[in-house]
Amino acid sequence: MSGTGLEKAPPDAADEPGGVRPPLGRRVLVWAPLGLAVGGGLGFWAMLRGMRDGSYDPRGVPSALVGKPAPALALPAVPGLAVPGFGPEALAAGGPVLLNFWASWCVPCVVEHPQLVALQRRGVRLLGVNYKDKPADAARFLAQHGNPFAGMVADTDGRAGIEYGLYGVPETYLLDGRGTVRWRWAGPLMPDTLSAELEPLLRRYA
Amino acid sequence: MIPELGHFALALALALSLVQAVLPLWGAQRGDARLMAAGPGLAAGVLLSVGSAFGALLWAFAENDTTVSNVVQNSHSAKPMLYKLAGAWGNHEGSMVLWVLILALCGAAVAGFGRGLPGALRARVLAVLGMIGAGFLAFILVTSNPFNRVWPPAVDGQGLNPVLQDPGLAFHPPLLYLGYVGTAVTFAFAIAALIEGRVDAAWGRWVRPWALASWSFLTLGIALGSWWAYYELGWGGYWFWDPVENASLLPWLAGCALLHSAIVVEKREALKTWSVLLAILAFSMSLLGTFLVRSGVLNSVHAFANDPERGVFILALLGLTVGGAFVLFAWRAPSLSPTGLFAPISREGALVLNNLLLCTIAAVVLAGTLYPMFADLMLKAKISVGPPFYQATVFPLALPLILAMAAGPLMAWKRARPWPVLQRLWWAGLVALGAIVTVWLVRGEPILPALGFGAAAWLIVGALTDVSERIALFSRPRAALARARGLPRSAWGGAVSHAGFGITLLGMAGMGLASERLAAVRPGESVSLGGYEWKLEGVRDVVGPNWAGRRATVTVTHNGAPVTVLEPEKRNFPLARQSTTEAAIHTTVASDLYAVMGDEENGTATLRLHYNPLAPWIWLGGAIMALGGGLSLSDRRARVGAPSRRAAAGAKA
Repeated sequence: MSGTGLEKAPPDAADEPGGVRPPLGRRVLVWAPLGLAVGGGLGFWAMLRGMRDGSYDPRGVPSALVGKPAPALALPAVPGLAVPGFGPEALAAGGPVLLNFWASWCVPCVVEHPQLVALQRRGVRLLGVNYKDKPADAARFLAQHGNPFAGMVADTDGRAGIEYGLYGVPETYLLDGRGTVRWRWAGPLMPDTLSAELEPLLRRYA
Repeated sequence: MIPELGHFALALALALSLVQAVLPLWGAQRGDARLMAAGPGLAAGVLLSVGSAFGALLWAFAENDTTVSNVVQNSHSAKPMLYKLAGAWGNHEGSMVLWVLILALCGAAVAGFGRGLPGALRARVLAVLGMIGAGFLAFILVTSNPFNRVWPPAVDGQGLNPVLQDPGLAFHPPLLYLGYVGTAVTFAFAIAALIEGRVDAAWGRWVRPWALASWSFLTLGIALGSWWAYYELGWGGYWFWDPVENASLLPWLAGCALLHSAIVVEKREALKTWSVLLAILAFSMSLLGTFLVRSGVLNSVHAFANDPERGVFILALLGLTVGGAFVLFAWRAPSLSPTGLFAPISREGALVLNNLLLCTIAAVVLAGTLYPMFADLMLKAKISVGPPFYQATVFPLALPLILAMAAGPLMAWKRARPWPVLQRLWWAGLVALGAIVTVWLVRGEPILPALGFGAAAWLIVGALTDVSERIALFSRPRAALARARGLPRSAWGGAVSHAGFGITLLGMAGMGLASERLAAVRPGESVSLGGYEWKLEGVRDVVGPNWAGRRATVTVTHNGAPVTVLEPEKRNFPLARQSTTEAAIHTTVASDLYAVMGDEENGTATLRLHYNPLAPWIWLGGAIMALGGGLSLSDRRARVGAPSRRAAAGAKA
């Protein structure tokens, strides 16, 4: 069979095992696949790390604010509400803070509310921005559904919403202890969002 | 109880795989026949335990056992039984178990059918398969246990992604996995050859059936997936250059190159180092696809629920497997005996050209797939690489590949003369040119579909020429039938596969001439497209087992004569809070009439209508390509197996 082919091999068959070493180019070339693989692997590893700290997000359009200081909020408290207002310094209070934009007229906010209450019970600090709302309606909403917020300000004309690049209500921002935005969620926080996305982040920035 | 047994079976399989990874390899290094003989028994044990685990998972889905978290998340009691069972592998955890089950099947097949293999080679192949199996079983047990319990049990499951409730998709993953895992076997052969430091004709002959089988299954899997996307997603296209689609195309391209270069190894003892590298690359591409889909580093409709922890684990597996293989390659490949020179105009020369072009296409697709991710990582730029890039890069590379595809099989080994080959392709060239000119005259711009028709004609007539030459159909027609029977199945397989690719090209070229129209119509109004009149008769409510929806009735007529009634639907799955579009398709030999139902507003319904000439031929061609692979697999040479190495060694001495 063709097993005999080796005998008829051309003169450069000298570089058989035990013979002359293969040419340098060939010896270098065989390492090329490894080099490419290592380069690719390091890149993938950086992506996975970036996914954890939020700097690499393959999904959707990321908020321009992630990784930047949260815009200062100098807004008045909601008149007639039992919840106190808060100043710009409350956004960098040394621990993670969830900043939640909501309104009593927003139906998804009702869907989201039980998750906020559950978060507050577990000791997460929640600050609310009552967006384009009437104080009386906001008070009635919180009286009916419970109040998870430690502080609340009123964004009556929607200026803060513009500064934050609000997509709609509800929308939630996670700020770390130094007031840097780490995560943004547009839409209601649902139980699976909490477990899949928010909780690992809360643990990291705790 | 049964889920715990399944969990235990997985752990048992891990233990057995670890032993399988060590004992036979050690035996092969020390020349200890008893240790090497442990391989087949261990492979059978792994198959048995992984099979039991998969059975337990199927049981949990069939019984809708809501104490199993995987069932709760992916199933529902109202689902038809087929989709309950398909749900077992329609999610990340279950699909990994299926993956490992197929790997175990391949290991057992190497153990069972590989009796003709030299003991040491078989032992090393089984050991490498054991390592891969152990890695993936550890991955399942550590990060993705499908048997996790929930307490208290859920009332019912949360339903499966409704897009995935489809017979096409029930069989798409198993076929693809058969293909992916097949590349693991050729990989194991490559590693074993590197450890042994020997690649010879016999090695080529053993690797080729595995490369062929894996390539055929990948072809079927990709075709089925593309068909599913065509009729279920309702976008009217068949290939979107989505990163996950590309991830399945890459091992296909590498495997296609491998099964051609293995012919050269077998016939001419050349391209050895290259074939080993291709076998490693094909499996690396399969693993890369697994990583991309399951780690969440890319965003795609196909991506599984992602988790960076899993990503890290798969990346580590990928690094160990691919990195280890490349280190071994760099260390050992220079010592593989070099090969004889050969003339550029010869069968092997054509096969080298095929390899170069296939690998260049693979490199381009890989670059296009990874570039947006790396651009995002390093340049912080969101870029998407879409069809225009691939059309501009892949088509110019595919053209010489197609030209060589028809000519290669007609060339002689060692040294061919170009002129007689071209003479025999005279008819193919004429038909191809005729097709290009005709289509171009009839349809005008763009030129690409016309070229596609030409390329398809060239391949199909070229394959016919190849077969008719071999059976001497025209020179001695009386003996042709007898010669056709005597022609090796591998020759038939090659011609059938090449013609199948031509048929796929025909379909793609036809789709290049497709037309579509978006129209908002009231009941009773009609729209014309592709020479047909499409009239909306009405829209009504429909209710299915786990969905509710709206169904439009569209009657299609051609010059007043009724053609068909299309009933596209929009389905709403309340459990999954998701809706799907069910495209209505009327298939004829010449075209698909395709209707999708959109939103309704104030009594008008939005309809998206497509006229897709020759569309069904795309998938028909895929099936024919796989059939060719199967024909080639059934060749006597593959069944009888390779000549024993002892004989070859004796001849050498």
